[in-house]
Amino acid sequence: MSHKVVIPIGPYHPLQEEPEFFRLYVEGEKVVDIDIVIGYNHRGIEELSEHKHFDQVTFLVERICGICSTSHPFAYVNAVEDLAKIEVPERALYIRTIIAEMERIHSHLLWLGLAGHFIGYNTVWMWAWKYREPILDMFEMISGNRNHYAMMKIGGVRRDIKDEYIPILKKTLDDLIPAVNMFRGAVMDDPVIQARLKGIGILTKQQAIDWCVEGPTGRASGINIDVRRDDPYGAYDRVSWNVIVEKDGDIFAKTVVRILELYESISIIRQCLDKMPKGEIDADVKDIPTGEGIGRVEAPRGECFHYVRSDGTNRPIRHKVRAPSYMNVASNKVAAVGGTISDAAITLAAVDPCYCCTERLIVLDKHTDKKMMNGWDLIKLSQEKTQKLRNTIK
Amino acid sequence: MMFISNEVKEKLADKIINWYGHSLRRVYISLKPEDLKEAARILFQDLALRFITASGIDTPKGFEILYHFSFDKTGEIISVRVLIEDKKKPEIDSLAPLFPAAEWIEREMWEMLGINFIGHPNLKRLLLADEWPEGKYPLRHEHES
Repeated sequence: MSHKVVIPIGPYHPLQEEPEFFRLYVEGEKVVDIDIVIGYNHRGIEELSEHKHFDQVTFLVERICGICSTSHPFAYVNAVEDLAKIEVPERALYIRTIIAEMERIHSHLLWLGLAGHFIGYNTVWMWAWKYREPILDMFEMISGNRNHYAMMKIGGVRRDIKDEYIPILKKTLDDLIPAVNMFRGAVMDDPVIQARLKGIGILTKQQAIDWCVEGPTGRASGINIDVRRDDPYGAYDRVSWNVIVEKDGDIFAKTVVRILELYESISIIRQCLDKMPKGEIDADVKDIPTGEGIGRVEAPRGECFHYVRSDGTNRPIRHKVRAPSYMNVASNKVAAVGGTISDAAITLAAVDPCYCCTERLIVLDKHTDKKMMNGWDLIKLSQEKTQKLRNTIK
Repeated sequence: MMFISNEVKEKLADKIINWYGHSLRRVYISLKPEDLKEAARILFQDLALRFITASGIDTPKGFEILYHFSFDKTGEIISVRVLIEDKKKPEIDSLAPLFPAAEWIEREMWEMLGINFIGHPNLKRLLLADEWPEGKYPLRHEHES
């Protein structure tokens, strides 16, 4: 195979988040190899963390991701609480769970919208983002911020959920149910979407095991793992809910998992709001002893893992962060190869990385290394394929 | 509930040089670097643990690597600890031939700490920029000797 040096003519736009770069090698219509390049956005957070005191690190790791911004601080406080064996007040555990599930709802809706856009369903895009908006308003009501809610704190949470907010939250969730019903119907009953998404971008169960993927990407391939259930944290062991698992491993299965998880998240939040006891929200932690701790949470994209080591000073001497996409994005190496280029955009987006990931695509001819098309061309190609299917099916 | 840590103890038996149970679901095991690959094979293939990631740490005694494995049926994390004492030329067997999920994190530890992974199929930079100077490792510390 000709892996010549390629000068990528890609838009490395500083305003876009999560710059990854996929170099696709194609033969005719078929993707024969893929080269994944990351690191454009490496900010040295693990190193920075060693220079901040334990409370500051909570805010630092919140900046890792703007979409699932509570998952990292949540995993980090879990790690420090594991290290120092801190008992967190009950009410704080419930509040953490509510925030984390609200985040899953807005994140899954965001993905659903983009997935719709990539396959030419721009109405789905607009609707999904419209129904995501009230959830962001709820974040603003509770924390003052639509993103980066800054709710987590070692030993508890920084803000309470006031009693008067609870009926408003419940009303917002009630209003969301018909929207999710609509999306479920629009995806599961639409023959064009079925024809477009079934059987493409397949990650088999064995591949999912070998690449150690987790989250919706793994659960769509029959991997029955969910950190919320398997290694409970927050208040997840105090409420009842289901882990959604599908078998096929294709894009359709990944979509179904995310849509059905929306119902579970809504149910978890409702139960938490009803069961949440009155009381303290902060354990008032003073010192962090020498030791090491591990914390993990089920972020919208999968397992978020933090390891913290302390030498008894007020700063961690090592802080390791592993985001779910670290494993999930790497699995594209097997999921996208063998497919056609018109399916590449949606396949690479199916693990739920970010918007710009697919924009940073170029297609190269396998034999000449010549650039054939970029990310936007691919999305267009993907949308055209849907249009063709529409014409034949309807 | 049957905890996997008992089975790990049995299977790795004489390889274990230190065993520390931090809590019910958090176990740390120390091994010699030369036993790592076989131990990882047992954990991943025989006992079906999932590889989460690895944490490389520069300590005054040498480079420490923690390989974190998860057993999801019981929610346990088994962290395998190895210490590479040779700080001048640190190296250890790569786990990437056993499971591709180790490829990226080994590349990361290679560029961040300067640890060589023997047998890695594609040891090149993952996160650092191309212009970053050779032989400068961001996560190494200045230790007082």
